[in-house]
Amino acid sequence: MLHYIGKRILHLIPVLLGMTFIVFLIIRAIPGDPAQVILGQQATEEAIHALRDKLGLDQPWYIQYFDYLKGLLTGDLGESLRTSQPITSEIWPYLAATMELAFFAMILAIVIGMNAGIISAWFQNSWFDYIAMVIALIGVSVPIFWLGLMEQWVFSLELNWLPTSGREEVRAPVEAITHFYLIDTLIQGRFDQFWVTIQHLILPGFALATIPMAIIARMTRSSMLEVMRSDYIRTARAKGQKMVKVIYKHALKNALIPILTVIGLQTGLLLGGAILTETIFSWPGIGRYIYEAIGYRDYTVIQSGILIVAFMFVIINLIVDILYTVIDSRIKYN
Amino acid sequence: MMPELVSNSVDLSTKEEKVVGPWKEAWRSFRKSKAALVGTAIVVFFILLAVFGPLIAPEGINEQKLQDSSLRLAPPSSEYWFGTDDFGRDIFSRVVYGARISLAVGFLSVILSAVVGSFLGIISGYYGRWIDTIISRIFDIMLAFPSILLAIAIVSILGPSLQNALIAIAIINIPNFGRLIRSKVLSVKEEEYIVAAKAIGMKDSRILWRHILPNSLSPVIVQGTLAIATAIIEAAALSFLGLGAEAPQPEWGKMLSDARVHLMTAPWTMIFPGLAIMLTVLGFNLMGDGLRDALDPKMKN
Repeated sequence: MLHYIGKRILHLIPVLLGMTFIVFLIIRAIPGDPAQVILGQQATEEAIHALRDKLGLDQPWYIQYFDYLKGLLTGDLGESLRTSQPITSEIWPYLAATMELAFFAMILAIVIGMNAGIISAWFQNSWFDYIAMVIALIGVSVPIFWLGLMEQWVFSLELNWLPTSGREEVRAPVEAITHFYLIDTLIQGRFDQFWVTIQHLILPGFALATIPMAIIARMTRSSMLEVMRSDYIRTARAKGQKMVKVIYKHALKNALIPILTVIGLQTGLLLGGAILTETIFSWPGIGRYIYEAIGYRDYTVIQSGILIVAFMFVIINLIVDILYTVIDSRIKYN
Repeated sequence: MMPELVSNSVDLSTKEEKVVGPWKEAWRSFRKSKAALVGTAIVVFFILLAVFGPLIAPEGINEQKLQDSSLRLAPPSSEYWFGTDDFGRDIFSRVVYGARISLAVGFLSVILSAVVGSFLGIISGYYGRWIDTIISRIFDIMLAFPSILLAIAIVSILGPSLQNALIAIAIINIPNFGRLIRSKVLSVKEEEYIVAAKAIGMKDSRILWRHILPNSLSPVIVQGTLAIATAIIEAAALSFLGLGAEAPQPEWGKMLSDARVHLMTAPWTMIFPGLAIMLTVLGFNLMGDGLRDALDPKMKN
């Protein structure tokens, strides 16, 4: 087991290096003079020179890359071109916001998706099954940025049930400790604010959860159908065991591996969707951070934001892979 | 399990007698799936919309009516089916023309990535060794990014435009095709007829072109159809983020991002372009699923 994990991590090193190189290229591969492009047409000669100096653009590329790597290893992500703040120090609140949203969305997707899939499988070809699977089919095809806008229009602007955007009441901001607001508000015993945080999470959470929810529901259904045809389930049902017990104790356990596979895959993919969701709901996460940086041509922030999210993606995938070995001892890795 | 196996083998023997080609057989099973046919109908509908756009759309893409304020952000009516936007432009016409952009971007980017990906996959799978190692490593690295993020990275290098969004989407999809073809080549390479072809001294290029490529075609078609669906969403997403289409191009994602400010007063500016994206993507997804079941049942997971 430890051997396998060690090997997986070793394999990651060339991938991570390659990723840093692609991200490094974001500034350096801009056609023409990157400094000119970043600063725009009206930039003065001195300003361009200063930026070239600051980014080390006059050095040969391998020295620039080496310096960049050296910075990364010491936890230095460079300085934001707009705010001149070190990115490492300003990135955490954004990262926490994204993680909170992604976590919330994934819980929604798993709880609703799996249960919908289970009910669909149990009552195969019923109206519930039919409707759930049509919704799941549409759910896979719906662009989340459109879904987000529809949610805002219906639930926020028309019905006035939930807040349109943001993460907290502007007039009563949450006092940040860990920057995970669900945790922070609980630590401070501010249950009113905890509730407000949940309210802010619901719309972006559902928008982000739709695709994984649909895929999890479909996978759960097909996996459960397969297991439920097996003899031991028939025996359990024949013995007169309660439906809930048959499903959750016997069937689900064996249907779980393929479901976990899609959950793992979807958790990683969620990070891509987070960029769009955060843009729509003005959620102050890393996606919005990147989006705003694009607007300001703040290339160092774009670079670091992408690297951080990609890094999280790799780590999630690694954890998922390792979890398989823990859950299913039948899987052997050499 | 057993009866299925038996019926399969019977099928094979009758196939030899009646000489039913594999494509015809695939079409037969494709035709049986209702979902696949609905998907195909949707796709054909949007293709017709794209081709005959100028005949269908009552107005051009940029016919502004700024002087008459009653025609700006006007709700859907018999004259303007989908309403008008803040420039007084007919949204129905823009959605119709938008089909051209989305389908063109979808098809072109997928063709590009299928061609480049297949080429890389073939040389990687056929020649193996260091070529394989290098190409596979590059694929690994590209797949280590969430795809939309890699697309954002590429567009921010190239500069925002629809054309660059297309290129970015083509690039991010290359590894999917490359890996697919590579594994197909690896399995076909060991088949006896390839070994036989090598033994009689057939040239590599001929083996690749005449034997391996045709055998790898069906998974590429399946993957390609599904990839068009993702490519259309990705293109719309990039335009939505301001990294793709520019005004006054009637790209659906761009129309959505313009509609955000009028969400309260004119939701129709947002509803219809989004519906168009969803339907097109749904069509390609259904068609792709049907093709997969018909052409390559083993790919079904």
